[in-house]
Amino acid sequence: MNEPGTDAQGPAPPDTAGLLRRAVPVVWLVLVWVLLWGTFSWANVLGGLVVALVVLTLFPLPPAPGRGWVRPLAALRLVARFAADLAVSSVQVAVQSLQAVRPGPEIRSSVIAVRLASSSEFVMAMIVEMLSLVPGSVVIEARPEQRTIYAHVLDADDDAAVAAFRARVARLEADLVAALGRPTAPHTEETV
Amino acid sequence: MSALRAAPPPDPDGTLGVVLDAVGTVSIVLGAVLTLVASVGLLSLPDVLSRMHAATKPQVLGLLLVVIGGALHLRTSVDVWMLVLVGAFQLVTAPVTAHVVGRLAHRGDGVRSDLLHVDELVDSADETDPGPDSPETDEDGDDGAEGRGDRAGAGSAHRPQRAAGRSRDGRNGSSPGGSLDSGE
Amino acid sequence: MSSLPALLDTVLGVVLVVLGLSAALVAVRLLRGPSGLDRLVALDVLVAEFLVGLVVYIALTGDSSLVPVVVAISLVGFLGSTTVARFVRRGTGR
Repeated sequence: MNEPGTDAQGPAPPDTAGLLRRAVPVVWLVLVWVLLWGTFSWANVLGGLVVALVVLTLFPLPPAPGRGWVRPLAALRLVARFAADLAVSSVQVAVQSLQAVRPGPEIRSSVIAVRLASSSEFVMAMIVEMLSLVPGSVVIEARPEQRTIYAHVLDADDDAAVAAFRARVARLEADLVAALGRPTAPHTEETV
Repeated sequence: MSALRAAPPPDPDGTLGVVLDAVGTVSIVLGAVLTLVASVGLLSLPDVLSRMHAATKPQVLGLLLVVIGGALHLRTSVDVWMLVLVGAFQLVTAPVTAHVVGRLAHRGDGVRSDLLHVDELVDSADETDPGPDSPETDEDGDDGAEGRGDRAGAGSAHRPQRAAGRSRDGRNGSSPGGSLDSGE
Repeated sequence: MSSLPALLDTVLGVVLVVLGLSAALVAVRLLRGPSGLDRLVALDVLVAEFLVGLVVYIALTGDSSLVPVVVAISLVGFLGSTTVARFVRRGTGR
């Protein structure tokens, strides 16, 4: 259980912070277990603890994404913006689907490459996740070596739309990095 | 409002329950309308990737709205938490499916290239995991990605080596789905 | 005011009909889809609509014993889609 976390970084990490960070997935798994059972009882918590430890031992997670904790206010702003994005894009795609019923020129799209500012694979994974959740954009390729993601964007018909999508990704990344409590410019080689 | 409070309905839930039921029903109706429109889009949009955008709606926002509505209806039961879990699972898993399908569609001919304004993935060679349908080019695909928006240039000297090592692994190892349909 | 719960139940019934209609539309794409990936996407949407229908039914009847079914299907549907994606590409890539 301890090996994957300790050999990830050269110098030994401070014990309490490292232990706390490694405890986070355990807490999440226990929470899911208790929610699945539906009732909070100590038997459920203990059973969940056992299951979480077994799962994390058999399938160890990659090392934790970074130092520091989530900033609540920035995270709230991120979630709010994501929800707004989700609603707006859903309506947009709905309108486009209905327009496509009528005969006419078919809807055009683009595959857009976006280079991320952050080198963290965790940030990249979160961006891919959030972009794919929003209708109208699907990430079809991600290359961590080049910090580049390739997204298929519906109805990106001209260069202005492509630039708008790039700006959207940049804003999303800035929000995400702010929520994760890290500086925008990566100054350490903690990942990749 | 005072009229409602003055004459509570006889059912045990009370006025608040009716209001919650109404809000939940509105949420469910919104989700169902989204689902219906998504089904229309699945029929009307031109290629696989476009249809996937329509498919994202019932899987994410539609299901979330309906789950919220269902939770409002079930509000006293312990199973509400399970519905919350359903929403969380869907948020985690839907992008994975979309990514896998989108990637395969772009490598095959699921994308009608006459409907693409730009396709920047074709411009830069696929070096990490060569697909079956895109012939491997030997020129380094880094150039295309380096040119635009190089905001953080630190550490770029190491990247080509790492990419080259990764691509060799990709060619020798079994790249998923790559070896079997080379005969097409 | 007293007829509001009945009205809500009627609305939920209509929603179930709407869901059935959209499932029929998806089934058209499922049967017609030119490529295997089309069918896969359609199947994915069909699973999502089935989940939505189950939740609506739960809300309509208040019968919460179906909730674990919803959880199970939401997980199994994901596994099925990603696994089938691999095989679709191998077999009928066109």
